Amino acid sequence: MTYWIGAAAALAAAVWMALSGINEYFFYAAFVVLQFMVLATAWNILGGYAGYVNFGTAAFFAIGAYTAVVLFKWLGAPLAVQIAVGALVSGLLGFGVGLLTLRLRGIFFAIATVAIIFIMETMMVNWRYVGGATGLQLLRPDVMAPFASYTRMLFAVMALLAIVAVSVARYVQTSWIGRGLRAIRDSEEAAECSGVPTLKLKLFACTVSGALMGAAGAPMPMYLSFIEPASSFNLNYSVSALAMPMIGGTVHWIGPVIGALLLGSIQQIVTVTISNEINVLVIGVLLVLFVVFAPDGVIGLFKKFVRRR
Amino acid sequence: MGFSFELLSEALLFGVLLGCFYAAVSIGLSVSFGLLDVPHVAHPAVMILGSYFTYVLASYGLDPIVAGVVLMPAFFVLGILIYRFYYETFEKRGTEASVRGLAFFFGLAFIIEVGLILGFGVDQRTVHAAYIGSSLSLGEYRIPYRMLVAFGVALVLTFALTVYLSRTFTGRAIKAVAQDEPALRLMGANPVRIKQWAFGIATGVSALAGAMLIIVGPVEPAMDRLYIGRTFCVVVLAGLGSMTGTLAAGLILGIAESVVLMMFGASWAPAVAFGLLLVVLGVRPQGLFGK
Amino acid sequence: MSAPLLKVQGVSKHFGGFTALSEVSLAIAPGERFGLIGPNGSGKTTLINCISGSLRNDSGSIEFEGKEISGLAAYQRTRKGIARSFQIPRPFHSMSVLENLLVPYQYVVHLRESDAEQQAMEVLRRIGLADKARATANQLSQVELRKLELARAMAARPRLLISDEAMAGLSGSEVDEVLKILFGLNAEGITIIMIEHIMQAVMRFSQRVICLDAGKIICEGTPDAIVSNADVQRAYLGA
Repeated sequence: MTYWIGAAAALAAAVWMALSGINEYFFYAAFVVLQFMVLATAWNILGGYAGYVNFGTAAFFAIGAYTAVVLFKWLGAPLAVQIAVGALVSGLLGFGVGLLTLRLRGIFFAIATVAIIFIMETMMVNWRYVGGATGLQLLRPDVMAPFASYTRMLFAVMALLAIVAVSVARYVQTSWIGRGLRAIRDSEEAAECSGVPTLKLKLFACTVSGALMGAAGAPMPMYLSFIEPASSFNLNYSVSALAMPMIGGTVHWIGPVIGALLLGSIQQIVTVTISNEINVLVIGVLLVLFVVFAPDGVIGLFKKFVRRR
Repeated sequence: MGFSFELLSEALLFGVLLGCFYAAVSIGLSVSFGLLDVPHVAHPAVMILGSYFTYVLASYGLDPIVAGVVLMPAFFVLGILIYRFYYETFEKRGTEASVRGLAFFFGLAFIIEVGLILGFGVDQRTVHAAYIGSSLSLGEYRIPYRMLVAFGVALVLTFALTVYLSRTFTGRAIKAVAQDEPALRLMGANPVRIKQWAFGIATGVSALAGAMLIIVGPVEPAMDRLYIGRTFCVVVLAGLGSMTGTLAAGLILGIAESVVLMMFGASWAPAVAFGLLLVVLGVRPQGLFGK
Repeated sequence: MSAPLLKVQGVSKHFGGFTALSEVSLAIAPGERFGLIGPNGSGKTTLINCISGSLRNDSGSIEFEGKEISGLAAYQRTRKGIARSFQIPRPFHSMSVLENLLVPYQYVVHLRESDAEQQAMEVLRRIGLADKARATANQLSQVELRKLELARAMAARPRLLISDEAMAGLSGSEVDEVLKILFGLNAEGITIIMIEHIMQAVMRFSQRVICLDAGKIICEGTPDAIVSNADVQRAYLGA
């Protein structure tokens, strides 16, 4: 119950901020951080809970974005529909990839997800309707009252999506599904022999994960007023979605949230003050450092700290 | 795009040369992932590191192939260090660490890529040599010399590695450790030392592969992503641990890519390796020659 | 015998060029205590894997309670009543001992969390792990890990329990402990297949024994008959 109160309070705070007089730039940056929060949370449902590493976050994210573009261009669909259908399409993609490779070892699933990025990107590059390699400009519709700018509205929408994603992750984690996923992660063979339908659970996690990533991607074209393959399929999304939970901690839904806030903020600062390349280097180095020295992430470090006192 | 048998046969010929090249750049992965089961997604990145070192040495006047050979011992040591680190940190700790091992190599690949961008910029780099730029005229076909060079080195590498693994004592120990580690331990051999050595060889071979890469065409730091697809496609299609299978699989990929290039153009070619990989994983994950 | 609980007919399994099992056939009666012996590499675990579903047999049929199960996934076979323990214990190491048992209770027996916890504590008490209910796998000794393996298999409420070398490396008194548990389970009507190297355990426990060597059955009979069989002695001593 405390969770839902907290979630409602967070949403209320986000809306209040969006309606306040805070500097416009804050919303540009915060949107991105919240977006990463959704991606990291989504990643963790399959990667952290079940132990299957997805390198292809960028693909699910971008397909959500491109779905939104198609709906907008073809039907003039409102944002809510774009997000819903984007989630659906990416969820189906997750289901398809999972069906193909989740019966194999983890590394094959991981490589298959890299393959999906390339294949999807190649398809979008060759599709005139969505702009091909050069991309497409999009005209935003008028902003809905009471928001003063479209970006502020997107910020509030993304805050809602973040809460939805975290709620889903929390449900999966604490339910019997979560226990089954953990059993799969700990020892898949023993899980199967203990009655856990491993393939079905993995498919479920993969589909849900993909759907949430698609939902995170759908508002992107409106955010940028533009869509283009190279930046949509940017591998940085894949690395960040993986690094944030691994750094924050993978066993609990709060891990990706912490990781996104921490790493997302660092990213915003570094990209602006130094360069984009250094940004990726920082993420890569932090990922390796944590994976080697603090495998349980910030959550683990916190637990150790508490235990010592 | 008109269809003609001339174009097709040229594509096939080019595909064979390209295929041998792909086999050569994948053979290190055949050992490190195919035999040793290390989730080495940083293999292409290490290879491209080799390309850039070749570039540096070539700028001092060294022939690229010689540069590649010179780099092999250094990369051998690098390989041993990487494996040692991976083993101590991840493999020892059991299956839970496999997720982190994978994340580690992913992170490593990224660090290498960004390091190269910081060091050399995002522009493409090439090397120059007598055999780069000119072509051999064979009847109606013009075969670029640099492809022939790559073809030759590829064959030599594959042949040498296959012989090494089947004829020498260490080589057979490497194959044995892949199949039955406990038995090897019982015989008194140290599996970790053997795997370390094998990984070193695989990385050393990657140095030469990297040299070939920059001979065949320009390189840029982000190429490792594309080559993840190509190398894993070859290794999986071959069947894990099969060296001769690597050659066959490389040829299949090379020809497929070349034909797609001819028929649909360059914008579709990158997807071939990944598409083929997905098909293999879905239909016959043990590959052509695997169990 | 009256309808066998488990009927294996002509089962073969190959790994590439290597034949792990070759035309293996056996039948196990309900309530039977069945022993499976054979030197290392003879195919015992492969046979168990084929029965439990961790591996698919290349040919032949496996019938459980009269129905063919070769095509079923392992989790489906567990739900039908076949449970097994692993030779090298595979606990769910992120969970406590108690939680390990909750997995089969929830996924095989479909109990609610509270009921499952109660039943799990029962099993732990019975098997002697009650005081370790909150412990995690890395805090358990070898024999406790083995007991956890058995407890987890028991939680699945099987009709057929396969114990894969549960006693390897245990002391004499620890072997007695585990044997007592297995006898107790059998008394409740659970059919048990025991794979062991510890001959005295197999002899004491089994009503019938089969010996495997190089993927083939080389002898089948009572414990005394097996022990005095020349082929069996040769297989073990390699004469």
